[in-house]
Amino acid sequence: MLRDWVVISVACAYLGLLFAIAYYADRRADRGRSLIANPYIYSLSLAVYATAWTFYGSVGRAVSTGIGFLPIYIGPTIMCLLWWILLRKIILISKVHRITSLADFIASRYGKSALVAGLVTVIAVIGILPYISLQLKAISTAFTIVHSHDVEVVGAGHGGPFLSDTALYAALILAAFTIMFGTRHLDASERHEGMVAAIAFESLVKLVAFLAVGGFVTWGMFDGFRDVFTRARELPGVQALFVIGGTGDGQTGVLASLYSATFFAMLAIMFLPRQCQVAVVENVDVNHVKTAIWLFPLYMLVINLFVPAIAFGGMVHFAGTPVDPDTYVLTLPLSRGQNGLGLLVFIGGLSAATGMVIVETIALSTMVCNDLAMPLLLRWPALRLNERKNLTGLLLGIRRGAILVMLLLGYLYFRIAGEAYALVSIGLISFAAVAQFAPACLGGLFWKGGTRAGALAGLSAGFLVWLYTLLVPAFAKSGWVPMSIVEAGPFGIEALRPLQLFGLTGLDQITHGMIWSMLANVGAYVAFSLSTTQSAVEHSQATLFVDVFKHSAAGTGSLFWRGGVSVQELRALLSRFLGADKADDVLEGYARDRRLRSAWEVEADANLIQFAETKLAGAIGGASAHAMVASVVKEAPLTMDEVMSILDEASQIMKYSRELEKTSRELTSAYADLSSANEQLKELDRMKDDFVSHVSHELRTPLTSIRSFSEILHDHPQLDAATRTKYLSVVIQEAERLTRLINQVLDLSKIEAGRVDWRIAVVSPREVVEHAVAATSQLFAEKAATLEVDVPEEVPPILADRDRLVQVVINLLSNAAKFCADPGGRVSISLRAEPGVVRVDVRDNGMGIAAKDQELIFEKFRQGGDTLTTKPRGTGLGLPISREIIQHFGGRLWVESEPGRGATFSFVIPLRRQAEVGGGDVPDDRAAALGAPGTEAGATGTEPR
Amino acid sequence: MKRTHVRNERLVALALFGLLLFNYPLLQMFNAPTLVLGIPKLYLYLFVAWAVVISGAALILQVSGADDGTLRGGQGGARRPPPPR
Repeated sequence: MLRDWVVISVACAYLGLLFAIAYYADRRADRGRSLIANPYIYSLSLAVYATAWTFYGSVGRAVSTGIGFLPIYIGPTIMCLLWWILLRKIILISKVHRITSLADFIASRYGKSALVAGLVTVIAVIGILPYISLQLKAISTAFTIVHSHDVEVVGAGHGGPFLSDTALYAALILAAFTIMFGTRHLDASERHEGMVAAIAFESLVKLVAFLAVGGFVTWGMFDGFRDVFTRARELPGVQALFVIGGTGDGQTGVLASLYSATFFAMLAIMFLPRQCQVAVVENVDVNHVKTAIWLFPLYMLVINLFVPAIAFGGMVHFAGTPVDPDTYVLTLPLSRGQNGLGLLVFIGGLSAATGMVIVETIALSTMVCNDLAMPLLLRWPALRLNERKNLTGLLLGIRRGAILVMLLLGYLYFRIAGEAYALVSIGLISFAAVAQFAPACLGGLFWKGGTRAGALAGLSAGFLVWLYTLLVPAFAKSGWVPMSIVEAGPFGIEALRPLQLFGLTGLDQITHGMIWSMLANVGAYVAFSLSTTQSAVEHSQATLFVDVFKHSAAGTGSLFWRGGVSVQELRALLSRFLGADKADDVLEGYARDRRLRSAWEVEADANLIQFAETKLAGAIGGASAHAMVASVVKEAPLTMDEVMSILDEASQIMKYSRELEKTSRELTSAYADLSSANEQLKELDRMKDDFVSHVSHELRTPLTSIRSFSEILHDHPQLDAATRTKYLSVVIQEAERLTRLINQVLDLSKIEAGRVDWRIAVVSPREVVEHAVAATSQLFAEKAATLEVDVPEEVPPILADRDRLVQVVINLLSNAAKFCADPGGRVSISLRAEPGVVRVDVRDNGMGIAAKDQELIFEKFRQGGDTLTTKPRGTGLGLPISREIIQHFGGRLWVESEPGRGATFSFVIPLRRQAEVGGGDVPDDRAAALGAPGTEAGATGTEPR
Repeated sequence: MKRTHVRNERLVALALFGLLLFNYPLLQMFNAPTLVLGIPKLYLYLFVAWAVVISGAALILQVSGADDGTLRGGQGGARRPPPPR
């Protein structure tokens, strides 16, 4: 029997010790020698996860469901393995953005939305209330047992008067204690080193207490594990607890409930407000997570080690008595008169409960203040808060009030609903509530597409289903709402029964609630995210969150300059929320970081605004801070322009890439140009080679015959005169031919090289034709061919080099003479004035030119017909030269022929208008225009010039 | 940050292995009401498997050891940003 005053004074002494530890840790932190900056303290502080539920409830759960207590710890073990990916990212984001609560985190991710922050806060508060009441229930039950030593007490506060209810006093004492702990002063970073140190200490105490009672039961009351389990096995129904599905509920259902508990626990370890607080907000060094990943699960394993032994030991020991299994941890040592151990267990349970309540209510009060109360108060014009000089008092007041109200609400829930449920079930309902944060939070962490509307829809849908499937039945059991809703469905609609929604049966309440709430939550989150678009802020925040590893290297992604504000205005704003001294400190620090001598030199630029906003975010939450800064910065709401400037970086990159593409295209086309030029050069080179070999061949033929006839004449002086004369005439002819050839080669190369001395003058085409006819009349006479000349009286003059033009006509006429039919050769030449041009046609009645040869004959050294079998009848340079000349005059030269029916060589030369007649060269453009149809010749590489 | 990358993969693999250990087919193998070493078979298995997973995590994290140079928190916020991965 422990006396009341002993229990109460030990409890108070213990709380006093905690406070001393916290005070010491805070002092150390102020001196810059943090007590908690090591991974072991961090891991121990995470063990705030093990609450009174673990301490008392695990044994109760083991008694009713066998291994059913384990998923609550195995789930987090597996989740911890992913912490290096998940938690590290969350911590990094929170540090960069000065995020101080879960609500802040989710709201910041979705465009610093006050609505999201408020919704998260409401869900967290309502969801966690049962959990807080669970702690109160545990404390008050434990106290009742310890002080009455009535091991058969089923629960405390059987609806007795409030004033004699220990739970109420527990709630009030805890509220006072938490307020002293967590809200002594307002810190911009929202960190509580003292609290963390105390929590770590409490984790040690509860572990030691539990191991002590476990050891006592196993070896003090029994003879080791084997004894416990062997004796328990003989009890009726206990064997069923050794296996899964032995209790007759059906294995599938049992497995489903194990899985759902594991799933909720996995999410709870991330999203319970208190876990967020110690794991993220209070994290000193992200590397501590590495140790916590294995050390924290190890802690959970050790604290659970004796749960089966205590559970089955208790069943053996209390067989046949109505002792609540939730109290075995305490009642077993007490039943053996171990009052000291009983007191230690009571302190251990107190540790577990107070640790949870302190951290949870501090985290929640931060949320309520920053994300619910402040946004509302600041938007309430009648309060004129915007004009208040110093709001730190108000902020602290709100937080203290929130802590007190939450503990009282927890107590209220305990009075209303707490009796109906075992500890674990109450806890799982809370787990299910915080699991609703998972889609919005994890989705937002890795998926940029999640939108504010999606987050709001997912959170609301999940929360409403949670309310309906988990909380309403809990209220119904305690008679707060009519039981008929649960049994028959609202308005008698069976499909809407909260425990068998849409006819889903065969599952326990938690699994059923999990399936429906998660379906609704994830479904609404994804559907609304995909069907709505993000605002500019949302988009920018989404990118900053998802790509935090990229962005943190380049700073905090400073805001875009959006308006005018003075440093004084920002200082005033900071001092309203942080206090004047703190604000000055903060600004001095900012100036020091930028190597300025004092805060007076600070410029009110985008960086300072961003800095002020993050500092404020620490005190009043991201959404409120954003709103407050916006109110003094006089910025316009995000406009299209700003969206554009946010997109500016992207567009710069796109522009750059377009330029690259352009350059690349230019390079490609330059390469194509170069390679075609190269091809042309190769072609020209080949043509030059051809030309040289042709010329040498053509030169050698007459040379050979000159040489052979000369040798004959030289070697045979006795040749008769007639033969000599004949041979000499051959030599002379060949020499003439040689001369002509050489002249023509020189001519052609001069024309092609543009080195001809053109004597351009006004020329009468008629006179040219007549001259040529006269010059070639001898040729026709020799061949006995007739030449018909058709020249009109009046032909307009043209601009040309007379001699060259005569050369062309003579060339065409002599060709005609050579190739006309023999005998019976008939050649006609006609001159016509056509619109804009003068046209000359030379027609013969020879064998004609095959279509394939018609362009060929204009190439150098090419002649119509088969040059291998027929003796060449010309140098093969006449036509190329003629074409070059005509093209130089801006005209063109071509042939029309059908094999066997003669050929007609024609050329046209443009007329000069009267005004131009009498001066200058033929303009090139004119030449090019007129020469265009005949550029086949030009295509050989010789420009008509 | 290649080391972190490898470590992440190992941890994810371990998590998958853990899910396997605590899941239906393997659980069923040990789902018998017999005592092994005086402890119910299923309980012994679960605690041993749990310990194996934890040791695996400790091994992965402590062997690959040293500080990654990721940022430290505290009052100053981000002091040393991590190198981009």
